[in-house]
Amino acid sequence: MVRLLQIEFIKLWNNRASKVLIISYFVLLTSIALVAAIKFDIGPIKFHLAEIGIFNFPYIWHFNTFVTAFFKLFLAIIIVSMMANEYSNKTIKQNLIDGLSKKEFILSKFLTVVSFSLISTVFVFVVSLILGLIYSDFNELSIIFSDLEFVFAFFIKLMGFFSFCLFLGIFVKRSAFALGFLIIWQILEGITRGLIRWKLFDADTTDTIMGFFPLQSMFNLIKEPITRLEAVQTVADQVGEKITLNYGVHWYEILIVLAWTAIFIYLSYALLKKRDL
Amino acid sequence: METILTVTNLTKKFGHLTAVKNLSFTIEKGNVYGILGPNGSGKSTTLGIILNVVNRTAGEFSWFDGNTSTHEALKKVGAIIERPNFYPYMTAEQNLKLVCKIKEVSQDKILEKLELVGLLDRKNSKFKTYSLGMKQRLAIASALLNDPEILILDEPTNGLDPQGIHQIREIIQKIASQGTTILLASHLLDEVEKVCSHVVILRKGEKLYSGPVDGMLASHGFFELRTNDMEALKSLLEKNASFGKIEANNGILTAYLKEEMNAEELNKVLFEKGLVLSHLVKRKESLEEQFLTLTKNN
Repeated sequence: MVRLLQIEFIKLWNNRASKVLIISYFVLLTSIALVAAIKFDIGPIKFHLAEIGIFNFPYIWHFNTFVTAFFKLFLAIIIVSMMANEYSNKTIKQNLIDGLSKKEFILSKFLTVVSFSLISTVFVFVVSLILGLIYSDFNELSIIFSDLEFVFAFFIKLMGFFSFCLFLGIFVKRSAFALGFLIIWQILEGITRGLIRWKLFDADTTDTIMGFFPLQSMFNLIKEPITRLEAVQTVADQVGEKITLNYGVHWYEILIVLAWTAIFIYLSYALLKKRDL
Repeated sequence: METILTVTNLTKKFGHLTAVKNLSFTIEKGNVYGILGPNGSGKSTTLGIILNVVNRTAGEFSWFDGNTSTHEALKKVGAIIERPNFYPYMTAEQNLKLVCKIKEVSQDKILEKLELVGLLDRKNSKFKTYSLGMKQRLAIASALLNDPEILILDEPTNGLDPQGIHQIREIIQKIASQGTTILLASHLLDEVEKVCSHVVILRKGEKLYSGPVDGMLASHGFFELRTNDMEALKSLLEKNASFGKIEANNGILTAYLKEEMNAEELNKVLFEKGLVLSHLVKRKESLEEQFLTLTKNN
């Protein structure tokens, strides 16, 4: 396993483009700390983002994992291209001739995906912990370490998404087209939602059905945290809106994403096995 | 003798096209094999199958004693297929380090092998800056990293300039002289003739011949003769039962032997009949001539 990771590391780290993207990704992850510095101080209106409670434990776990998950697109580019480049450079052929089995090849890519997700998760955990310790109003241990399921969901979400990218890289074989395919897929899911809602079911059933689609299921893992903010809820109360949303991370949502991860990795393997190179 | 590779009834179909048809042969340790065949005769497909990159339609192949999985066996094989494939953004040395990791061998031999192919001074240049000849030499260095039991080369001189071709051949001959088993696929017959002891000849995916180069045609060779009175020589030879076909062109008479006869004997017989030769050469057919005869007859 270590050998497979070392192989991928040599391939990635010696590529300047991926190195730059990886570094910028982690810089961006850290930059969420900069949000704390957002302050408006215009006469009577005083607004300091860090002070409206976004860095309060345990809310910070929810907020940070939701926001940083958007940066995953950076790593998506790397993963798609690390796969597609093996085809365009024909190095996948050479790897197999040199004695890597097809299973090992997919496994080495999957291990990279897991490592990326794990490192990102640890990173987000540490950054959030530090930010929280500085700005949070609550500092009891039991509160700090509650709601950690968001961090876990973050890991599952990244792993599922990257596995999807991996599969697209193998399936399409060209990085630009594979990324295009990813966007088209997103649009397709949107259209499907529209069609189901329009012709077949009511809003709730549509949501349930859409929860089984790959990208939607990954998105569902961590729901938007904005309306959960006390400040926002106060405003909603004043205008007479009652916001009731189920913010939690549900086990069946995790299960759906894990199933997609398994499907994508298995399909990648099946595709590689079937193809003549 | 130790068997390195056994191929039994191998078949590969691409849709309606049968690229390899019921092919069987074995590779023994220590020999240098050539796979010969015109373009599109199934050479590369056959190599692709035994190297785990092309799926077979039917048939079997087994490496070594038959108990090792293909990918484990390939760690003891060095192979280059058609074009050298490396990571363009990595240097020669980085690329070779990666190959060492894949083959699970130590990295000690990288410099030694780079030296062998004459790329030591360019080890820190990126692969994409290499010329085709250098890329091909790097591929050979990479294939030798594990001191392979067998070296498989598919058209190693394809697309190279004469100097590059010469360099590659020198390297191949050097490796062959060290006793490494080599399997060389090529359509360049003189290339195969220079290094190979055994050949497998393919045409349209079918095997026409496999065995030692010498045994390819049951031929005793031929004489090239010239004398003042060519007509007399011709009629004399036609009466001799040892000779088959006799051809005259460019003032030289080519007489094909049906049975063994050495040059002294012929010279003596002709001299006794009053024919003095100004040109006498006994030759075997070149591989090219044999190959053309073989592919024509079928």
